Amino acid sequence: MSAILEIRGLTKRFGGLAAVNDVSFDVREGGISGLIGPNGAGKTTIFNLVTGVYKVTAGSIAFAGRPIADLEPYKIAAAGITRTFQNIRLFKNLSAFDNVLTACHTGAKYGLAESMLRLPRYWREEKALRAKADELLGIMGLADRRDVTANNLPYGLQRRLEITRALALGPKLLLLDEPAAGMNPDETEQLMRLIGKIRDDFRLSVLVIEHHMDLIMGVCEHIHVLNFGCTLADGSPGDVANDPKVVEAYLGSEEGKKSC
Amino acid sequence: MDAYIQGIIILTGINLLAVLGLSVLTGFTGLFSFGHAGFMAIGAYVGAIFSSKLGLPFAAAIVAAAAGAGAVSVLIGRLTLKLKGDYFCIATLGFGEAIRLILNNWKWAGGARGWDNLPASVTIWNVLIVDAIAVVLVWNLLNSRHGRNMVAVREEELAAQMAGVNVFRYKMIALFVSAALAGMAGAFMGHYMTYITPKLFNMVKSTDLTIIVIFGGLGSVSGSILGTLLLTALPEIFRAFSQWRLVFYGLAVIVIMVGRPQGLIGGMELTPAGIRKIAAERRAKSALAAAAKAAEQGGEE
Repeated sequence: MSAILEIRGLTKRFGGLAAVNDVSFDVREGGISGLIGPNGAGKTTIFNLVTGVYKVTAGSIAFAGRPIADLEPYKIAAAGITRTFQNIRLFKNLSAFDNVLTACHTGAKYGLAESMLRLPRYWREEKALRAKADELLGIMGLADRRDVTANNLPYGLQRRLEITRALALGPKLLLLDEPAAGMNPDETEQLMRLIGKIRDDFRLSVLVIEHHMDLIMGVCEHIHVLNFGCTLADGSPGDVANDPKVVEAYLGSEEGKKSC
Repeated sequence: MDAYIQGIIILTGINLLAVLGLSVLTGFTGLFSFGHAGFMAIGAYVGAIFSSKLGLPFAAAIVAAAAGAGAVSVLIGRLTLKLKGDYFCIATLGFGEAIRLILNNWKWAGGARGWDNLPASVTIWNVLIVDAIAVVLVWNLLNSRHGRNMVAVREEELAAQMAGVNVFRYKMIALFVSAALAGMAGAFMGHYMTYITPKLFNMVKSTDLTIIVIFGGLGSVSGSILGTLLLTALPEIFRAFSQWRLVFYGLAVIVIMVGRPQGLIGGMELTPAGIRKIAAERRAKSALAAAAKAAEQGGEE
């Protein structure tokens, strides 16, 4: 299997602090990869670098063979990388439908004048967008919550809506930042199945940050472990779980030394 | 029609143009401006140049006013739209004052004394027709993918970026539309009053416009229209109370802000589709609450 995302020597410094230091790994096309590490290891920073929110200090990021480190965030999104956020960022005052409909916009090409004058292309494309938004809500089991304002949705469904919104852009790579945060074991189990289903139905690759080890071990085919911005381990769930350095990072060593 | 009533309608219609534009910028895109009187001033003076100096028809003056204010907004936008919320607001305040002071010192255009003897081209009909066209175009723009992208920028800028929205571009479009409409309003104002002075376009005028948008309700075209009708027409109608009317005006704004911070009809539209939508959201919300309650009771048993 080839790599959809190739990260090489990725470094991000905030002043003197290297939040991410010389990290290299691949996300395989069609695979589900995990990015784990203790708090402050630099996981979300990597997401922010891949999606263009932060500018890369050094190193390279290639998406489907094309360098993306210097692109504007919206171009990276349009190229096929979308994400969810650790602290949910929905369009809070809009309905579930409008949240998804907004993100469907890349599917339409009508311009400003065409929308103001309501030319035929506006009607045609707008109809298609609405149908697509409804279809996505249906696939993700949110059809009966279509008109609920995002803010009023229960927490688990807000997470699900955020994933739905990310899918509306038709991504090739989906980045999930702690999708199971605050979920109980039941909901986590459901989410695991959902992630697998999304990968198969939408034929995309997934990179997921998570602290729930059962989710990571259950769903990921490949795991990259970070600690203090550096790579600690990389491999299959079994290899990583038995790596003494990973155990040390999570549980601490006798001397309490950093290994980096 | 009574000339006085006609005058109030014309003034309300002129204000509506500026408020409509500001509604796109503030109500839908979430950018606050305290300098839009500056764009009105640019429109008023460009309009005056076209009609008085060049002797062109009023329609040409209006188009030129919109284009002039719009062009300046593109320049200003390039410089300031990368700034975060409050800083953008301060920048617009500085812009508005700068325009006023430049005009104050521009002797060729009359300086602080102003510019008089403009052709009295404004009639109740041309104001209302331009209003109607502006409302329809703005409404259509907002109810499209472009309008939704603006709302996304307002709601959650980072998430909008991640949803592939070119945030800078949509902020620029919103600023351009608001500036062009403010410029038109300025030209109408000049050709209605037949004279203009820089003082007409001070910060009080800018804040008036912003207050109307907030009073009517952010994210609502019908709210902005309602706000304009109430806040332009009422002080005129209560003119008999002379100075006290401004106190009432201030009190009305405070009462609304305390009692209804989202404005009169923030986030909703007074159209059949808009009301259906609100009703659907209410129904969905109560269904959700009922389901949660049922689940809770089920858990207790």
